[in-house]
Amino acid sequence: NPYAGLVSHLRASWLSGKTRPMEYRVAQLEALGRFLDEKKQEILEATELDMGKPSFEAFFSEILLCKNELNITLNNLCHWMKDEHVDKNLVMQLDSAFIRKDPYGVVLIIAPWNYPIHLFLVPLIGAIAAGNCAIIKPSEISKNTERLIAETLSCYLDNDCFAVVTGGVPETTRLLENKFDYIFFTGSPPVGRIVMTAAAKHLTPVTLELGGKNPCYVSDTCDVTNVARRVAWGRFFNAGQTCIAPDYLLCTVEMQDKLMPALREAITEFFGPNPRESPDFGRIVSDKQFRRIRALLGSGRVAIGGQMDEAERYIAPTVLADVLPSDPAMQEEIFGPILPIVVIANMDEAIDFINARPQPLAVYAFSCDSKVVNQVLERTSSGGFCGNDTLMHVTLTSLPFGGIGNSGLGKYHGKFTFDTFSHHRGCLHRNMGLETLNTPRYPPYTQQKLRLLTTTFEVKRRGTCTLL
Amino acid sequence: MERMQQIVGRARAAFNSGRSRPLEFRIQQLKALERMVQEKEKEILAALKADLNKSGPNAYGHEILGVLGELALAMEKLPSWAAPQPVKKNLLTMRDEAYISYEPLGVVLVIGAWNYPFVLVMQPLIGAIAAGNAVVVKPSEVSENTARLVAELLPQYLDKDLYAVVTGGAPETTELLTQRFDHILYTGNTAVGKIVMAAAAKHLTPVTLELGGKSPCYIDKDCDLAVACRRITWGKYMNCGQTCIAPDYILCDPSIQSKVVENIKVTLKEFYGEDVKSSPDYERIVNKRHFKRVLGLLEGQKIAHGGETDEASCFIAPTILTDVSPESKVMEEEIFGPVLPIVTVKSVEEAIEFINRREKPLALYVFSNNKQLIRRVISETSSGGMTANDVIMHSVVPDLPFGGVGHSGMGAYHGRCSFETFSHRRACLIKDLRMESTNKMRYPPGSQKKI
Repeated sequence: NPYAGLVSHLRASWLSGKTRPMEYRVAQLEALGRFLDEKKQEILEATELDMGKPSFEAFFSEILLCKNELNITLNNLCHWMKDEHVDKNLVMQLDSAFIRKDPYGVVLIIAPWNYPIHLFLVPLIGAIAAGNCAIIKPSEISKNTERLIAETLSCYLDNDCFAVVTGGVPETTRLLENKFDYIFFTGSPPVGRIVMTAAAKHLTPVTLELGGKNPCYVSDTCDVTNVARRVAWGRFFNAGQTCIAPDYLLCTVEMQDKLMPALREAITEFFGPNPRESPDFGRIVSDKQFRRIRALLGSGRVAIGGQMDEAERYIAPTVLADVLPSDPAMQEEIFGPILPIVVIANMDEAIDFINARPQPLAVYAFSCDSKVVNQVLERTSSGGFCGNDTLMHVTLTSLPFGGIGNSGLGKYHGKFTFDTFSHHRGCLHRNMGLETLNTPRYPPYTQQKLRLLTTTFEVKRRGTCTLL
Repeated sequence: MERMQQIVGRARAAFNSGRSRPLEFRIQQLKALERMVQEKEKEILAALKADLNKSGPNAYGHEILGVLGELALAMEKLPSWAAPQPVKKNLLTMRDEAYISYEPLGVVLVIGAWNYPFVLVMQPLIGAIAAGNAVVVKPSEVSENTARLVAELLPQYLDKDLYAVVTGGAPETTELLTQRFDHILYTGNTAVGKIVMAAAAKHLTPVTLELGGKSPCYIDKDCDLAVACRRITWGKYMNCGQTCIAPDYILCDPSIQSKVVENIKVTLKEFYGEDVKSSPDYERIVNKRHFKRVLGLLEGQKIAHGGETDEASCFIAPTILTDVSPESKVMEEEIFGPVLPIVTVKSVEEAIEFINRREKPLALYVFSNNKQLIRRVISETSSGGMTANDVIMHSVVPDLPFGGVGHSGMGAYHGRCSFETFSHRRACLIKDLRMESTNKMRYPPGSQKKI
């Protein structure tokens, strides 16, 4: 077991208790902030090399959003760490009942390549805030960022408590043989299953941030220009390599016709007449992914874009019209700059279409009619939902971010990350006196004692529910 | 296989019909469950007597009372639990609607255990129904009378398709676990917990595992020993020691060991009389297999009290072992029987170290007049839950999450925590389709100005 030594080193540090004081956690979090500030240029450069990530995007997702999470955590850590007192019944009035936030111990964070800093750093913020030690396993596919993390993170964090492990599938498999106290995984559903199966051997709790095909319903009553902009922005951000990107559009044939010129205009507005020359449009991360996405183009008809350059791993912002459910683009999560439009007759058909498929990470609905937006929300199931925009629900840290069913289990962002990496321990501190109050519970059991017990423990309904 | 598929398929179709979602429906089902418990009280108590030799007031107090309380709580609080929770917005979302929507997960599987066979099936069921799910219940086959009763009664009171009962043992459960569920709550042992989680992993099904372990009980020299021992005796020997959060073993200074034994002996007489075997309030080991297992733990041990057994009735007397070696068999596995080992330690440091060298337990107990010492034990150890100066009681506070950590489990339930365990918290952001100007700064072409 090649990682046994590393894991036991971290476990020894954990058992020493050094990660528990608030001051220690704050110091490590502040060091992470310095990492983001001092290595900003290197991060922008590495992510550009890895997937042509535009520096505007990289700054937004890898620096700005991460700093927000850091600051929210630093601002609130003291409050989050406090014991949460809860309501007590009659007999416990002199007792203290509270929920303690205990760290788990040594946690493992496995990050993907598409937002390679953000997707390890934001979970790490919560893991540190909750008092854990952590091993970080960045993706080998975003190799420049992987190298940056492996080489520089150790200059900022306590190496006895935080370590970076690099490598691919074989290394990750060996790493997963070890016992961790929590595993946080972001990636694809098939690998999510492998991670959870490995975790089951040690009864390690997990959070799995997976993916799926995020549907985007556009109703007939909407401002076409604004819809086109918001959808195009969400779809083509990071060249489509975003787990919460709108994966496909559902609309009527009339709306498809109206949307097309609006989408074309939005794309031109964003990336100019030749997106290949725009510094604001990314590239596909690897040859393997490029070939995979290219194969999806044989779906429907190419209405916008479709141009490619294999050497550059460039795929133009592309919109496919009249796509059929049986087409290649509808068989897997696209994770590329292609937006298929599937024509449906009406909202009900769109909802049925969505519900016939695995629960996605996000559902999007666009309409000027709030009733329509609410209908789609209420009649579908997904990790999260955004009405009349894309992606934005995950930038609000007071909202939990996570999937359901095939798109994942667990949630994070803001306080939810702290809670994810804490064990919520129910504690009751009783009074040693007042022993007579306990008599009804002791044998010999009698009806009289039972009546007493019932009176003191019973939760009585205050009145009939007005809904009935 | 087909039967399981059909049952789960029917539950899923019933869930997809949407009828379990309106709050009125859920409350109506909970009310029906309440009627069931009230109308069939005699039958329930009879089943518990047959399975575990529990006396009427005992069974009522430990199982029915808790269920009625949970039902009343759920019915009262459901509207507030299920209401969308608005969240704090930032500058960009000031004019939007941002909230967390509580939604049902789908079809939930509840696998019960045999030691508190009624409440361990009912309490999760209540939470799952309250959260709007369809539920498949698999009571433990070991407590066969209660299993049979639950299978008979639930369809008489609840929606038959939404809420189904499957009976059987390991083969049936294995088959059931091949089906896809949206959450599985399992109560039982660590070994099977791993099997359940591995099966769940195939479908990416979230799980709540209520497992077990050896719950330590540290008695400080500075405490009211008589009171401490009475409380410990109650929690240890109830249900003949077959309680997942029973104090499994005692850690104390050698100088108070014999006093502890004396106090427990006195309390035992107070509780069960001179002849424990004839007390109507003392239960039996659930079956021969477990009887033999617990008996085996006594081998080579110094029995300070008890030790009498009767295989025919699966009777094991309340037993105390002293000067137990940490390496002995009785200190290796969860006892789940009326045998209380005392391991001596010279200090609270030693006790904490002892506890931390072992797997994280489901519960942890510490008795002391010294608040600092108690705080220290809490902050330097980890456990599912804990009670200071008493045992068991943290599990009856409705607002405390009840669950394990590490080998003692994952996830939690009881009260509102049940509702949240069986719900999906969906992030919802509803924006205006107008007000496009605020979005302009995020669109390409990017520039330093925009940043």
